Amino acid sequence: MELHELKIHELNDLLKKKEVSAVDVTKAYLKRINEVEPKVDALICKTEDFALKKAEEADKMIKDGNINDLTGIPVIIKDNMCTENIRTTCASKMLEDFVPPYNATVVENLNSLGAVMVGKANLDEFAMGSSTENSAFKTTKNPWDLERVPGGSSGGSAASVAADECAFSLGSDTGGSIRQPASLCGVVGMKPTYGLVSRYGLVAFASSLDQIGPITKDVTDCAIVLNAIAGHDPKDSTSVDKMRKKDYKEFLKEDIKGMKIGYAKEFFRQGLDEGVKRSIEASLKIFEELGAEIREVSLKYIDYALAAYYIVSSAEASSNLARYDGIRYGYAAEKYEDLIDMYMVSRSEGFGKEVKRRIMLGTYALSSGYYDAYYNKALKVRTLIKQDYEKAFQNVDVIVGPTSPTVAFKIGERVEDPLAMYLADVYTVPVNIAGLPGLSMPCGLSDGLPVGLQIVGKHFDEGTILNAAYAFEKALSFTAKPSFKGGAR
Amino acid sequence: MSITKDQVIHVSKLARLKFSDDELEKFSHQLDSIIKYVDKLNELNTDGVEPTAHIVPISNVFREDVVVPSMDREKILMNAKEKEDGCFKVPKIIE
Amino acid sequence: MNYEAVIGLEVHAELLTKTKIFCNCTTEFGGEPNTHVCPVCLGLPGTLPVLNKKVVEYAVKAGLALNCEISKFSKMDRKNYFYPDLPKAYQISQYDLPLCKNGYVEIETSDGVKKKIGLTRIHIEEDAGKLMHENVDGSLVDYNRTGVPLIEIVSEPDMRTPEEAYLYLTKLKSVLEYSEVSDCKMQEGSLRVDTNVSVRPVGSKEFGTKIELKNLNSFKAVQKALEYEIKRQIKLLENGETIVQETRRWNEQKGITEAMRSKEEAHDYRYFPDPDLVPIIVSDEWKEEIRKSLPEMPEHKKERFVAQYGIPEYDASVITASKPLADFFEKCVLEYSSAKTVSNWIMGEMMRLLKETGKEVEEVLIKPHQMASLLNLIDNGTITGSIAKTVFEEMFATGKNPEEIVDEKGLKQLSNEDELRKIALKVIEDNPKSVEDYKNGKDKAIGFLVGQIMKATKGKANPQLANKILLEELSK
Repeated sequence: MELHELKIHELNDLLKKKEVSAVDVTKAYLKRINEVEPKVDALICKTEDFALKKAEEADKMIKDGNINDLTGIPVIIKDNMCTENIRTTCASKMLEDFVPPYNATVVENLNSLGAVMVGKANLDEFAMGSSTENSAFKTTKNPWDLERVPGGSSGGSAASVAADECAFSLGSDTGGSIRQPASLCGVVGMKPTYGLVSRYGLVAFASSLDQIGPITKDVTDCAIVLNAIAGHDPKDSTSVDKMRKKDYKEFLKEDIKGMKIGYAKEFFRQGLDEGVKRSIEASLKIFEELGAEIREVSLKYIDYALAAYYIVSSAEASSNLARYDGIRYGYAAEKYEDLIDMYMVSRSEGFGKEVKRRIMLGTYALSSGYYDAYYNKALKVRTLIKQDYEKAFQNVDVIVGPTSPTVAFKIGERVEDPLAMYLADVYTVPVNIAGLPGLSMPCGLSDGLPVGLQIVGKHFDEGTILNAAYAFEKALSFTAKPSFKGGAR
Repeated sequence: MSITKDQVIHVSKLARLKFSDDELEKFSHQLDSIIKYVDKLNELNTDGVEPTAHIVPISNVFREDVVVPSMDREKILMNAKEKEDGCFKVPKIIE
Repeated sequence: MNYEAVIGLEVHAELLTKTKIFCNCTTEFGGEPNTHVCPVCLGLPGTLPVLNKKVVEYAVKAGLALNCEISKFSKMDRKNYFYPDLPKAYQISQYDLPLCKNGYVEIETSDGVKKKIGLTRIHIEEDAGKLMHENVDGSLVDYNRTGVPLIEIVSEPDMRTPEEAYLYLTKLKSVLEYSEVSDCKMQEGSLRVDTNVSVRPVGSKEFGTKIELKNLNSFKAVQKALEYEIKRQIKLLENGETIVQETRRWNEQKGITEAMRSKEEAHDYRYFPDPDLVPIIVSDEWKEEIRKSLPEMPEHKKERFVAQYGIPEYDASVITASKPLADFFEKCVLEYSSAKTVSNWIMGEMMRLLKETGKEVEEVLIKPHQMASLLNLIDNGTITGSIAKTVFEEMFATGKNPEEIVDEKGLKQLSNEDELRKIALKVIEDNPKSVEDYKNGKDKAIGFLVGQIMKATKGKANPQLANKILLEELSK
């Protein structure tokens, strides 16, 4: 087996036994990036020099006996997380030249553990989108079929893991941006409970929904990465400090006998792809065979989640993205008449279409006379959806269902129809609305493309999700790998 | 509710965005369909429902009042296109 | 028709915390441009605010001192607007749930009438940066002040005259200084005042069209601008014209208000709860703890000064109206036992010089121990009372020690009998008319002659001694 095909825990074994060095591992991945990147376009930048330097430091840590689970492990970071002295673009012309003078907390965490960042991943501009087609720089391709999208917005992060360009990646999830691309690319992606992982240094899209999470090759790796990034950060007021730090690896047990697994009937209606439906139903059988108890739950307000989501996220985005005016950083217009015109021109030229659409929607929803009808209404619906889940979780431990209504769709298919694109997030959005943890993992193929199973848990109960996911992974043993077919450029 | 072109122009001014006539036409159309979609929220009776601004109910998160040195000015200014005398520079403002 | 004015005031006061409201940068005034800035107050992408606990405590303290209800539950909101001095393009402020509400300030007008001015609310928010327009080809932005904590104190439209507005501000400043939450230095911008004023026929219950006044750099400016503006509005109404709602700027030189360039569009601040900050809950325990930390307020201090130091009530009220002045008084009394003497000097010379120079008490250079030394110099006969006034003026201007001034200028009291006798003889010789008068039984003439001795010695002569020698010589 090639080094780049290995999982974090497998690489860690080799590094511990000193069979390979961190520099060897890094070089292998850098080589792999050079090979597949022309096909996949998952990265905005490759950080070769930085990676080799970090790998040397990792080797020193290993030599000193300070190896931990992530020492010397190559990682790719979504390009909306700030990296000190390394460009952070959010896949936007607006931030094309932006070099942060500081590190995001998650980046600090990974650095201190000795993880090696080999590149920064492509995304939909400012994480707004479900296909990574909204990047100002490139469209990332799905390694399973290069004519299809990898999902989004963390499309680059998911595709880079699927294409073995790194051992794991970090994504961010506001309405499904980790889970949906993980689903479409056949990898494991988790959005932790809102507040579990610090948002400090994550360029904000919708602050009350954004959450950083791991994208990995298996469930074990997901627990390992979660261990590294979860925890209170005094720099993020919404990061929770009451949670005693857990070792998520302890939840990796095959036994789920008696676990109560819910499925929401509302998730199995029109719009759900037949092939996806079949895989999910088969998955429910597997859970049953593993000794879990399957129960039907009802989430009656779920149909309103997407609408509430678009109001809340766009409203927050309109405010979060107001700071981009070209004065302190970012794209600045060259020709303008006066101050106000400078704002208008810089922002209109610096932002892409989808970003502008959402800023417009959000500004409208907050504007005088509409606040109650839209923004406040959406926050009330949020309460109803939260209560829906609370009720459901009185009877079940986790809720499973499809991550996405379809498998990966064709590039260009939905770009002109924003609403159709938004529907790709219909199953993931409610989880963000309720702030719950959710994981997507491959559960089969439909037409040769991966189908994602979503497992949603109670607040801060990532452990039970990991337990269910681990047991399912062992029982299913999904071993298919992407073929890089099609897509002559 | 539906959104008129005039409203779109008003909102674009609030958001400091500028559109060509063609873009405006297309945008108005797309926004209108999105707004019609999100209008479904108004089917729901939410009387007496409290809005949820924070999903995790935490409060009183504070910082102690202790000075930490600020960042070097060079770094503060490093991403600015226009600067002068240690300041950011903007078009002349007449107050 | 008779008109009355309706005046409301919005006061912004910078809080005396060491660090900014949402980051650990210093709040120190001045400093090279953009040197008190970090990624958080610069609003760099990805950064997040964390609220300074002291800001809440200070605001609650101010609220308690201003008789407010303290909200059990309040939250931070975003006020969205674009301006180069606002790096995030939103100001973190409080909208519908301010920290304090429904307070009041009691003022006493010159005709002795007491009146309560209502306070609608006090909320916390962040300050903006500073724009400088000296350059020809562009304006410069300094973000040092960005994120300095402010409280905004909004009054009810309860004031009817510019004098009431002036008294309200003076009282408010005094309370804020007393509660030690703000230093209220208008010249450094740590206290800023905006005012709204409209006029209406006396007896009318409806409000007229409101005009907002800006660029008010002192309390006197507020009073003068209001006086001008009220006259202007009444004149307009009397001429049958309508008043347009607008913002006007006080032009100090010309003594008039001028319309500011009208804004391009009406503001729509699109307030919404800041998702980056969590609610603030002030429990009863916390509130009481803060209440206990409140220093003595002016009324209490006044009563105590009368009781403890035996100074007249009027003196006590003048001295305690300003916290720095009250502090100065008490420190002097610690070093000099006669409180009444100290009070007399403050009420007399100190107040006179403050008025003449327009200085604030905080700017006075005299230290309490120097004041005590001066009074001791009088008591031990080193200088005369009238010379002491000269020395005091010099101390006020330079901050020098009184002994030093006395030495430098040779102001020591003249108590040498021989020298004084020579001068007395000269005075007797030069003023035969007064001598004659005295001998004819006009006792008052002696005072004139002593005065002449004082004049000849530039006030340095020991007056008792001069008197004694004169009497001796005249009876010869």
